[in-house]
Amino acid sequence: MHDQPSVSELVTAVRGFISDTAAPQLTGHAAFHARVAVNVLDIVLRDLEARDANDLREAASLAALLNISPEAHSHSEMVQMLCEKLRNSELTLSTPGLLEHLKTTAIAQLEVDQPKYSGLREARGRP
Amino acid sequence: MGTTQELENALNALGSKLGDPAGKVSDLKRLSGGASQETWAFDFGPSGGAVEDLILRRAPGGVSAARSQAAIGLENEAALIDRAVAAGVPAPRVVHSCKPEDGLGQAFIMNRIAGETIARKILRDDQYATAREKLAAQCGSAAALIHSIDIADVPDLPKSMGEDQLAQYEEIYRGFDTPRPVFELAIQWLKASVPDAVEPSLVHGDFRLGNLIVDETGLVAVLDWELAHLGDRREDLAWICINSWRFGNSQNRVGGFGDLGEFLDAYAAAGGVEVTPAEIDWWETLGSFKWGVMCMIMYEAFRSGADPSVERAAIGRRVSETEIDLINLLERVRDA
Repeated sequence: MHDQPSVSELVTAVRGFISDTAAPQLTGHAAFHARVAVNVLDIVLRDLEARDANDLREAASLAALLNISPEAHSHSEMVQMLCEKLRNSELTLSTPGLLEHLKTTAIAQLEVDQPKYSGLREARGRP
Repeated sequence: MGTTQELENALNALGSKLGDPAGKVSDLKRLSGGASQETWAFDFGPSGGAVEDLILRRAPGGVSAARSQAAIGLENEAALIDRAVAAGVPAPRVVHSCKPEDGLGQAFIMNRIAGETIARKILRDDQYATAREKLAAQCGSAAALIHSIDIADVPDLPKSMGEDQLAQYEEIYRGFDTPRPVFELAIQWLKASVPDAVEPSLVHGDFRLGNLIVDETGLVAVLDWELAHLGDRREDLAWICINSWRFGNSQNRVGGFGDLGEFLDAYAAAGGVEVTPAEIDWWETLGSFKWGVMCMIMYEAFRSGADPSVERAAIGRRVSETEIDLINLLERVRDA
């Protein structure tokens, strides 16, 4: 497929239209939703940029934690397996590497979802 | 029943019930805010004379549609605010609890207290600098007064202790079938670390900035009592501490403005019991988990098609905020 304009370029163009042209003409509830829409498109742009690398890193980390081969299971299967091991207390807060895996994964997610969130600053500040 | 004119007519007909048979309504306007209730401001008094600033709090269209199964209804809320005022809690005075013949639906009328409810203004504007210094102690005292109210003396309220809430929110989370490892760890830790039980007391249920009126002198009123229940006093003390309710000021654990030690000392001094930071850790962890599940519920309204707004879609990407808050809490507990 052609990628000129790329998906990112198209989203950037729509974002600019909403923020610079449409939003200033709106009032009340519609203006609020326009601001939310701009934030959503910023999430989309960050997600497009980060998802592949984040998923690869998270899969490797999950496989190490679960002591399995990352090629043998899908991403969602591994997340499900981790959840089951947490639910039956096979893994706990004191399991080496567990909280580090969850923290690294959550930081990567927040950097896409809400990079200005105060809890993210706190998490980064405590190595 | 819904137009501003219809409301104004119904309010005018109340006359003596609002303290003045010759009184007339003026300047009736809908206020923003309030997730599930309509809030209207108006002036009431004789034409040309002194007016009283009042608030009408009303179920949408006059018909009850509680924001959650736990909401207690406006009649109970009005009765509860009366009890709270009698106990010395800063809260509005209920002027009239509406009856069916008033034609306003489920509603009550209270006096309007001047001040600010918007958290970011309270936390950042210079105007509230002095208030911010007093607020932790004032909130601690107010919470102690709320929890001191005799539960034999309040309307029939639902009972919900910590483990009840954990079970309830775990069930909702599992119902979505969206595995989130951080939530699993939080649930596991909460179940393994339940603090010693306490006797149930009256709990406000949504004690945090947004539901508090603050002026230059500090706390002037505790609002929004619709999630009140019989429960664990530590729920109120920790809910105001969860990072989502610090509105960006993470460094100040109490509401983004105050220090936990000062807050708990004021609570104990005003008749509350001694509560330890470790107990707050458990309740704050439960609070962040609950808020995460509430965000999932709001996103579910989008996913199911019930509310296709972009705002409901976007809130699904705020669940991760509560995940990082839970990790910060659990990491601190682990390393303590």
